Amino acid sequence: MDSDDRSHSPFAQADAGEKKVLDIHDHTDVTAYETIGSPFVDNPKMSARNVNVYYGDKQAIHDVSLDIGRNEVIAMIGPSGCGKSTFLRTLNRMNDIIPICRVQGDFSLDGDNIYGADQDTVLLRARVGMVFQKPNPFPKSIYENVAYGPRIHGLAHNKTEMDEIVEDSLRRASLFSEVKDQLDKPGTGLSGGQQQRLCIARAIAVSPEVILMDEPCSALDPIATARIEELIDELKKNYTIAIVTHSMQQAARVSERTAYFHLGKLIEVGETKQVFTMPKHELTENYITGRFG
Amino acid sequence: MNNTSKPDIFKHSEAIKASLKKRYARERRFQWYGRLAVLTGFVFLFILLFDIISKGYPAFTQQFIKISVNLDLDQLDLPPNATEEQLFSANYLGVIKASLREMFPDVSGRKDKQQLYRLLSVGAEYNLRDMAIENPKLLGHTTDIWLRAHSESGSYLKGQVNAAMPESDRRVKDLQIGWLEELKAEGRTESRFNVAFFTNGDSREPEMAGIRVALYGSFFTLLVTFAIAFPIGVFSAVYLEEFAPRNRITDLIEININNLAAVPSIVFGLLGLAVFINFFDLPRSAPLVGGIVLSLMTLPTIIITSRAAIQSVSPSIREAALGVGASKLQCVFHHVLPVAMPGILTGSIIGMAQALGESAPLLMIGMVAFIMDVPGGVTDPATVLPVQVYLWADSPERGFTEKTSAAIMVLMGFLIVMNALAVYLRKRFELK
Repeated sequence: MDSDDRSHSPFAQADAGEKKVLDIHDHTDVTAYETIGSPFVDNPKMSARNVNVYYGDKQAIHDVSLDIGRNEVIAMIGPSGCGKSTFLRTLNRMNDIIPICRVQGDFSLDGDNIYGADQDTVLLRARVGMVFQKPNPFPKSIYENVAYGPRIHGLAHNKTEMDEIVEDSLRRASLFSEVKDQLDKPGTGLSGGQQQRLCIARAIAVSPEVILMDEPCSALDPIATARIEELIDELKKNYTIAIVTHSMQQAARVSERTAYFHLGKLIEVGETKQVFTMPKHELTENYITGRFG
Repeated sequence: MNNTSKPDIFKHSEAIKASLKKRYARERRFQWYGRLAVLTGFVFLFILLFDIISKGYPAFTQQFIKISVNLDLDQLDLPPNATEEQLFSANYLGVIKASLREMFPDVSGRKDKQQLYRLLSVGAEYNLRDMAIENPKLLGHTTDIWLRAHSESGSYLKGQVNAAMPESDRRVKDLQIGWLEELKAEGRTESRFNVAFFTNGDSREPEMAGIRVALYGSFFTLLVTFAIAFPIGVFSAVYLEEFAPRNRITDLIEININNLAAVPSIVFGLLGLAVFINFFDLPRSAPLVGGIVLSLMTLPTIIITSRAAIQSVSPSIREAALGVGASKLQCVFHHVLPVAMPGILTGSIIGMAQALGESAPLLMIGMVAFIMDVPGGVTDPATVLPVQVYLWADSPERGFTEKTSAAIMVLMGFLIVMNALAVYLRKRFELK
């Protein structure tokens, strides 16, 4: 590795060992790679074609195309800074709130153009919900946290309906039994894992079609993580889920398809089993076998 | 770890140990600097408060003298069965003077008599009038009535006059001291809580002067200030922070707001005089104009602190709100503003406290007038507490010295009430 290359790298990883392996610093020609595997599916729930994302002058995502199938769980993995979270956030236009961020490409949700002029972000985000890395309940009561989405969208016509929605959402997020006696307590007083499940309840309260999860377990302990993973298994019956994760075990456990991102490029997509047992690309293999990342 | 590295580690820990002592010493020194600074602040605060309170507390008491008043109808120039109107314009002063002469029959000579009359407040006749109107049965009888003492004799009764001083150096003369001592010995003097200080407007006579006009004036002025500055300030901050595009124009606006915060307050007074009074023809000396002027002065403070408070709201709250499909406006009003509200309130209260203590711009718009009638609204002429302090501090009478300090105490009380309200509101907004 030459020093010039290092100086451009945003990563501090130093030791590549004596054997020359493709590691995350070898990004000079990454953009030239073609995506290996099967990024496209029949009748996708969401599809993204030729996506380029820029932060100012810096390009964060290079020509990524990926479909998300109906009722599937797709995991996006890759080293830090690979663009997986950025890609995820393009799917419900959360990047719109970053002024310097520019998104190119064709996106659709059930055939509707996500970035179309007539697409309302409010409606889009009601259809494509999101759970964030850090549990971020509103500083309001547990009930209000869940009821907020349905209330602003006018989904409940009276208190009874709202109560039903709240209870149902909390049940689906497998949180109801733990909080049913303290619905008026602040959501921020719950434990980290409970908070994250509350955020999931909040997301599903507006009955989205797709749930985007951006490293939902990275701030949680293993027990809380296991509960969220069980929950994802449960939720995939009704929802399409795209999850970004740093944990390969988690990707392997919860997802049906896995997409490996590397420095803004989608390197490989495939059945989770195949990606983890027989990765086709050297970068994927190196990442999965723990050579870097 | 091999053996050769051991001495190295040893050397390191020696070096660290050596530096530790120095580091802790520095820390201790710094703590002492801090304590010293805090202590200095406290000492000054204590001196200030002690000075104000020790000078001001006598103003909260008022001396009264019991006089046997003969409400003789002839003396009062009243016919029997007088109407209220006649009662209103009767010669009470004459009655009081006659009563005083009766109590001290050996006083003769015009000058001595005048000194005698000066034992009582000029306002005593009005007290007597009010009593007579309220209770006409008193007419024609001799009654013992407590009347307000003159501020000079009051000041003697409060023990503020050193009788050992040469007579020419004090305003309470030897004769008066003699009479007052006599009255005191007969139990005809009394110290009461000075209700008039809180119910009267300004007066030329210290014993009659009250803080009410200034208190109401300050209240109305701040009400106007808050009603204008708070919504405009908060909405400007929200717009600039959340909606405005980042470009040269917003940069220019930002710079101007920051500069506005540094403009001397009297300039705002000149602006108020030129624009609101001369151009828009709004009433002079009114809390309305004062409030508008002070709100201009307070706006930059509120905008700057509100922007800082909005900025400091964690982006994860915004993401959460937008993530469930809240519109930008809903995100701001349902989530960002409530979280930022404690900070916004803190900033606003700093701005309002500044406005409360401001006198210079109000002098320019005529709120320095001598006003006796309590304002009933924002368009009635009024003055404000700091201006009242300024006015009284300018008066030579001893009675006004204590009134000045007392007015400062009232001003501080007002400030404390305002801050307490803000703390209460902040606590309510603060998220459990």
